[in-house]
Amino acid sequence: MRETEPLALYIHWPFCLAKCPYCDFNSHVRERMPEARFAAALRTELAHDAARLGRRKLGSIFFGGGTPSLMAPESVAALIADATTLFEPLPDLEITLEANPTSVEAGRLSAFRQAGVNRVSLGIQALDDAALAFLGREHSARQALAALETARALFPRITFDLIYARPGQTLADWQAELDTALSLVADHVSLYQLTIEPGTKFEALYRTGAFTLPDEDAAATLYQETATVTARHGLADYEVSNYARPGSESRHNLTYWRYGDYLGLGPGAHGRITQGENLFATRRHRAPEPWADLVERTGTGQTSQEALDPTDRAREMLLMGLRVTEGVNTSRFTARTGLELHEALDPVILNAALEEGYLEQSAQTLRTTPEGRLRLEALLGALVL
Amino acid sequence: MTDTPLSLIRNFSIIAHIDHGKSTLADRMIQACGALTAREMTNQVLDNMELERERGITIKAQTVRLSYPAKDGKTYVLNLMDTPGHVDFAYEVSRSLAACEGSLLVVDASQGVEAQTLANVYQAIDANHEIVPVLNKVDLPAADVERVKAQIEEVIGIPADDAVEISAKTGLNIEGVLEAVVTRLPPPVGDAEKPLQAMLVDSWYDSYLGVIVLVRVKEGRLKRGMKMRMMSTGAVHQIDQVGVFSPRMTPVESLGPGEMGYINAAIKTVADCNVGDTITDDRRPAEHALEGFKPSIPVVWCGLFPIVADDFEKLRDSLAKLRLNDASFHYEAETSAALGFGFRCGFLGLLHLEIIQERLSREFDLDLIATAPSVVYRITRTNGQEEELHNPADMPDLSLIEQIYEPWIKATIMVPDEYLGAVLTLCTERRGVQVDLTYVGSRAMAVYRLPLNEVVFDFYDRLKSLTRGYASFDYQMDGYEESDLVRISILVNQEPVDALSFIAHRTAAETRGRAICARLKDLIPRQLFKIAIQAAIGSKVIARETIGALSKDVTAKCYGGDISRKRKLLEKQKEGKKRMRQFGKVEIPQSAFLAALKMDG
Repeated sequence: MRETEPLALYIHWPFCLAKCPYCDFNSHVRERMPEARFAAALRTELAHDAARLGRRKLGSIFFGGGTPSLMAPESVAALIADATTLFEPLPDLEITLEANPTSVEAGRLSAFRQAGVNRVSLGIQALDDAALAFLGREHSARQALAALETARALFPRITFDLIYARPGQTLADWQAELDTALSLVADHVSLYQLTIEPGTKFEALYRTGAFTLPDEDAAATLYQETATVTARHGLADYEVSNYARPGSESRHNLTYWRYGDYLGLGPGAHGRITQGENLFATRRHRAPEPWADLVERTGTGQTSQEALDPTDRAREMLLMGLRVTEGVNTSRFTARTGLELHEALDPVILNAALEEGYLEQSAQTLRTTPEGRLRLEALLGALVL
Repeated sequence: MTDTPLSLIRNFSIIAHIDHGKSTLADRMIQACGALTAREMTNQVLDNMELERERGITIKAQTVRLSYPAKDGKTYVLNLMDTPGHVDFAYEVSRSLAACEGSLLVVDASQGVEAQTLANVYQAIDANHEIVPVLNKVDLPAADVERVKAQIEEVIGIPADDAVEISAKTGLNIEGVLEAVVTRLPPPVGDAEKPLQAMLVDSWYDSYLGVIVLVRVKEGRLKRGMKMRMMSTGAVHQIDQVGVFSPRMTPVESLGPGEMGYINAAIKTVADCNVGDTITDDRRPAEHALEGFKPSIPVVWCGLFPIVADDFEKLRDSLAKLRLNDASFHYEAETSAALGFGFRCGFLGLLHLEIIQERLSREFDLDLIATAPSVVYRITRTNGQEEELHNPADMPDLSLIEQIYEPWIKATIMVPDEYLGAVLTLCTERRGVQVDLTYVGSRAMAVYRLPLNEVVFDFYDRLKSLTRGYASFDYQMDGYEESDLVRISILVNQEPVDALSFIAHRTAAETRGRAICARLKDLIPRQLFKIAIQAAIGSKVIARETIGALSKDVTAKCYGGDISRKRKLLEKQKEGKKRMRQFGKVEIPQSAFLAALKMDG
């Protein structure tokens, strides 16, 4: 086990101005934002966990949500200050904050920059007003471009999200939209195909037949074309839905995908923390106010801490590691899980997948090819024991 | 009661097509003789199994003893024998008929004679029965008494001039039927002083009393306390109780010649009671058994598998329970790579198969899947060894087979003229050979010889749909013939799916192989790897389909921190795999095989 690897810190801000119809994340709409209370509770949790973990190295901080750009910049600044004091920050500490491109939030970007944020992730989602309306977004395409412009002037690193494979979107539409987006900036983009998640407004609509999505073959074509367009702009597909210039990958997200240690704070946040021989999966209370109550009473909103056995760890590490192009490092796999890689894989499927060109194997790594990533769920389901 | 003179006994059965009113007439006769009060009377007393009532067919032979004061002033004992009403039970029917001296032939006055009626009436004629035609439903507007009488004379060849015209439903002229039984059917013959010869007509399991044996005394006297001997097995049992059905079980001291009744003798299972066997007195045995005894042999076999693997033990127990009451069906454990653990089961025919399957699901709450039914083939190996084969999996390599024989049937199909063409085409497609084609009014009667394996393969369903249900069909076994038969294996990625292999005539192999491949292509979802589906005879592929690999299956967004959710999903996926069958690198949901088998009907 490696406690010496730098820690990634995730901070969850659970509030949004409106709930997007596709979103199944732990986000909530409140009439009055309980800003002070939640900022204080997050700082309490941070202090509590830092006391437990000791002064570990810190590689990244990520403010996610919800909509963390709704936080007061002072709260963000305070949390960053706490974290960098309680832990030992790496010199190139990556601090990302998710922001929506509404004018209000764009207006606070400079304050976030001053608070210490050095990477911003903009939830642009589309560059088409009708599509933005369909996706329930509160901003327009023009505002999105303006926010991008502002961000570019402020932050050394920028990424943004787009959602594609939308109802009625043709291959040509998407190529054009993606070309426009990529010509604007960005050393990094997250490009997600629209999926219908259980419990969302879209799920209900989809079930009534209000809209349809591209079929499997069309979705595959869109996906493959996406990699072609991003490559033309110099961005490589380093994860299933993430594209970056070499060196500009999200360090924070790579910690998840490499199955490193991360501390998750805030309602519903998950963590993976190594302590001694154990790797713990931790979880916080999912509902915002009860979480805050718990923190105020006990110093932490954690509701469960489960030691993962080697099989669990192996499964998790493969589920994450095969999403990224670099793949799974075999010696790191053994160090992290206690199992040899071959002990965690179905040999028949492994051979067939290698033969079919879904996987590539060397002495040090096992990784998916683009063809393999295209069918990753089926591959994982068959391959991982 | 036990000393009824032979002249005052009449033993008879009722022959009728389904729905032509057999059970209703029986009920009316029971009522008219006062055997049951109106309150005790539930409709169709004799068909006492739920399934029997629903399908309007009789599975077990039963009897009821009536006391009828006739117009001649004497009181007669009438034993009404309710016979199994389907050709699957042809042997059982023949034994029931052998227990009687006469039959009532009930024909619906608007429908006329049906194929099933014919087969049974011929059996009654073979049993030397005196036959009294009874025209039922004469009160209906569609009734055509004269036409149906003419049809009976023409098709069956018995006089129908003095047919009894009745309506069982309204009770019209039931008296006429009872008088005809007394005056037109002969009394039994027999000698009470001779050594006992009683025919075992049927038996069933009663949860309180154990096995109840239905008998007809031919010669001698059957007494309580007697040590009885089954002549086919030599088994000896002490008779605890002798009685008659009136229709409730009523104990008597003894049964004399010509009488029908039951024995209760602490027999453990009905498997010890062979229909048609002769029961005699162990102390003073008869010299010969009665003629006509045959052990019952399954004609159709199929695999029965629980859909939920955990139900295997329950299936075993349920089969054992059913067998307590139905020794004609056989079962042995079987393992299938595609379907798991189950049983290979043998039946007297397709209806019998269906009945057992339905009872398993209804009475024992089991979800089952049946493999395609197979007939019993006979094989002579090149080394001269002879064997029977009812499981395609057991078929030896063709090079080891000198000769292979398949069972044929003689089928009688009656059908309105307009559908005849379609029926003849169907019979020809199924390798049928026409024996006879005659007309009865606007209805045609086609007699065909057909290989039974062509009939178990969706023949009924095709016949039904081609004739909109207007055809009636009946058959009897008609020997074995040498044939050019092959086993068709279905392969998924080069591995055989045992449950789907089947035996067919070489000329039908390719068409059926192609049909199954096409069906599986529709039923098996696309997967990580492409899937080859093939039908093959030995190593020769005769049909092929390919299912392409799925083109995209990946979750776009993976919310970083929550790996537990992804892992739980994976674990759920693995749980689902328990219902999958692995074929090399692909896994086929069992449901696809189930669906493929279901479509075989």
